[in-house]
Amino acid sequence: MFDNFPLWPQRASTSAGGVDALYIFLVIVSAMMIALIFTALIYFAARYRKRRGVRAEQIEGSTPLELTWSIIPLCVFMVIFLWGAVVYFKGRTPPRDATEVYVVAKQWMWKLEHAEGQREINELHVPVGRDVKLIMTSQDVIHSFYVPVFRMKQDVLPGRYTMAWFRATKPGTYHLFCAEYCGTQHSGMIGSIVVMEPAQYEAWMSGTPSGPLSVAGEKMFAELGCSTCHRMDNTGRGPNLQGVFGKPVTLADGRTVMADENYVRDCILDPGAKRVKGFQPIMPTFQGLVSEDQVNALVAYVKSLAKVQPGTKTAAAAPQTSPAEIANASHKAGAKTSSKGSQVE
Amino acid sequence: MAIATAQPVERENYLNKHYGVGSWLLTTDHKRIALLYLISLTFFFFIGGFFALLIRLELLTPAGDLVQADTYNKLFTQHGMVMIFFFLIPSIPATLGNFLVPMQIGAKDLAFPRINLLSWYLYIIGGILMLHCMLTGGVDTGWTFYVPFSTAYTNTKIIEAGLAAFVAGFSSILTGLNFIVTIHRMRAPGMTWSRLPLFIWAHYATSIIQILGTPVIAITIVLVAVERFLHLGIFDPKLGGDPLLFQHLFWFYSHPAVYIMILPSMGVVTEIIACFSRKRVFGYHFVAMSSIAIAVLGFLVWAHHMFVAGISLYAGLIFSFLTYFVAVPSAIKVFNWTATLYKGSISYDAPMLYAFGFIGLFTMGGLTGLFLACLGINVHVTDTYFVVAHFHYIMVGGALMGYLGGMHFWWPKISGKLYPESWARLAALIVFIGFHLTFFPQFILGYLGMPRRYYAYPQEFQILNVLSTAGATVLGVGYLLPMVYFLWSMRYGKPAPDNPWNAAGLEWKTASPPPTFNFDEEPVVTWEAYNYEQLDEHEQEVPVAG
Repeated sequence: MFDNFPLWPQRASTSAGGVDALYIFLVIVSAMMIALIFTALIYFAARYRKRRGVRAEQIEGSTPLELTWSIIPLCVFMVIFLWGAVVYFKGRTPPRDATEVYVVAKQWMWKLEHAEGQREINELHVPVGRDVKLIMTSQDVIHSFYVPVFRMKQDVLPGRYTMAWFRATKPGTYHLFCAEYCGTQHSGMIGSIVVMEPAQYEAWMSGTPSGPLSVAGEKMFAELGCSTCHRMDNTGRGPNLQGVFGKPVTLADGRTVMADENYVRDCILDPGAKRVKGFQPIMPTFQGLVSEDQVNALVAYVKSLAKVQPGTKTAAAAPQTSPAEIANASHKAGAKTSSKGSQVE
Repeated sequence: MAIATAQPVERENYLNKHYGVGSWLLTTDHKRIALLYLISLTFFFFIGGFFALLIRLELLTPAGDLVQADTYNKLFTQHGMVMIFFFLIPSIPATLGNFLVPMQIGAKDLAFPRINLLSWYLYIIGGILMLHCMLTGGVDTGWTFYVPFSTAYTNTKIIEAGLAAFVAGFSSILTGLNFIVTIHRMRAPGMTWSRLPLFIWAHYATSIIQILGTPVIAITIVLVAVERFLHLGIFDPKLGGDPLLFQHLFWFYSHPAVYIMILPSMGVVTEIIACFSRKRVFGYHFVAMSSIAIAVLGFLVWAHHMFVAGISLYAGLIFSFLTYFVAVPSAIKVFNWTATLYKGSISYDAPMLYAFGFIGLFTMGGLTGLFLACLGINVHVTDTYFVVAHFHYIMVGGALMGYLGGMHFWWPKISGKLYPESWARLAALIVFIGFHLTFFPQFILGYLGMPRRYYAYPQEFQILNVLSTAGATVLGVGYLLPMVYFLWSMRYGKPAPDNPWNAAGLEWKTASPPPTFNFDEEPVVTWEAYNYEQLDEHEQEVPVAG
């Protein structure tokens, strides 16, 4: 019967079970509260209905009772709070080494780009059993990336990255909704998440022309002239970007910030705001000169430098990618980001 | 109901003292202003209700077929704006509050009668702006006005709609100010703070929120206008602004605003329950202080609307934690109402049915609030129909149920006529059933993942949407009925005695309808609120006053 009249969506991620368990707990707690209050209401209403000759008995109140029905609910609330907090933290802290997918939302479509370079629109293919981290931004208004079967939702904002992650557990095709109202075709901003068995996924991957995003980013890094200042030998006018990502950076104004995706993004689009200590404010802004997709590629490239020790010459971008896939990059990534296999050693 | 014999001669009262349009439009009598509000609020309620009807009809089928997508977006935006700014926020304070606050404390009028009239004119100016906006193109941002959609991407009449809310906001501020000053300065001799009816305490708490919260939404609207016209980067990241700043400012008002809508209703329900169980309210001080606690704590929880908006995990943690504290005073109220029934002498006239309905709906609305405050659940259900169902349970189930209960309870005092009791009981029942039919399916829809503000939706959500639409038609009938029989009773209703319910409260110690200055002589209070024991003794000695 519940197949035709389900009370919850399918569970297709590692988080979904935990959310549903908490939900069922809350339903039970609520049902008990309702039963308690409604039973008392109905019982009193029947038992003490107006009768001839029977007068109401005036009762002032009772502080012990007041405290009881304040403190006991508060304790129950705290259990709900703590349990909810645990589920929330688990569901929103991306595991290390997750596969990364860049998401660009715009009125009214989803553009998705795998770190390996595959680009998709309104459709995201992912394998079962692998952690996938979404690095999302919007080209225009606020959107929200919502996959009910994963019990996962995150608003997607213009001007910054927001993150989300999931690990799919069940093959199938599921709804991807935009959950934040975004204009005329808000309800048409629907996509699908295609969860595949790993083998099928590999087949899909190899059948899709691609090239690592970081390679596209490296190419752009040269074309835009970034490499003239951000030199790998520490002699440039800008900081050497090797080994920077994921570590704290001391800024010119004395603050220390973490060099995460948002930091790199801000440095490209608003270089003056978080300038590294010891460097002059000479970097021009690239706001308006690079698209969201290109920013993503640049960020992916800077990330790929994270594991490189400063001073070495090679950029060990996307180690898992085969040369054949890299050669294919130019087909999919377009002329701007065409790359040659020889650039990666 | 204790029916008394008709009064032989019509006494001079606030309704018949002056005649003519001018005597209404220039009145400074709080009771007449309450009626001005009542008429205009009802007008807006039916406009908002009409939009709701169209929304529900569109959602009958998965495809978008009844109206255009843009039209649908305007419908839910305007439904929200009209219902919130032009009906729910002013509803009880501006009508019942306006009418009763001075009477319950034994005053001749509010402290600033002309400011009271001004606040009605501001409301009307805001309302006309809103009507003009809707008739000449409308607005499609959702009542939440989220940026940068509202500042840079929509071509609809965002500024005019914002201005309408801005002006109506001042009306709300002035009403709150008037109540606070009145309650402080105008109480009759002997009317101490702990003798105040809890209706007054609820309005006092509401007024605090109106005064402290409303200016923030006014500032926010101005900032939106500044960004839209002058391209000053405040919220839009393309101009160097921060879209989350808008959400913080918006919810800093709009969360407490929910308590502006629900607190007065709680006050009404408290009065009704005491009267129809013939008892003093259980835990008077706790009920009074819980209103104040809600007003204060309500200001500390706004970011629970933003758990997936991009705030940090730790901010989420703090706001979830604080939200559970604001749930406690609400729970206290529900338990105290229930305890008030204990050993009472309970009768089931229409106002009491509404009060029971209020407790039923508000309890469910409050409990589903616990789901939403819970971080782990919120991620999945926020921005879905679960939220829509939750806030309708509070704001329509709760606030409106209280409003209707209060209208029935005080109608004999306001109009001097009795409404038809059996029709009223029927209406209360229809509203209660229609409400559950409409909104309960939406909880399930939400958990299944149907996002809100969807004009078209996937096939699998249809059954529940059909149920909801069916319920909405029942609910519509339930709301139309009282309007019909209230109007009917004004002409054909039996004249009301001064105190048809034998209720406590100074408003019942004067004529129905009251004279212009409320009391023939200033009352001196020597008893506590809810002195039902005394009243019932009195009733036995003197058979029904006439």
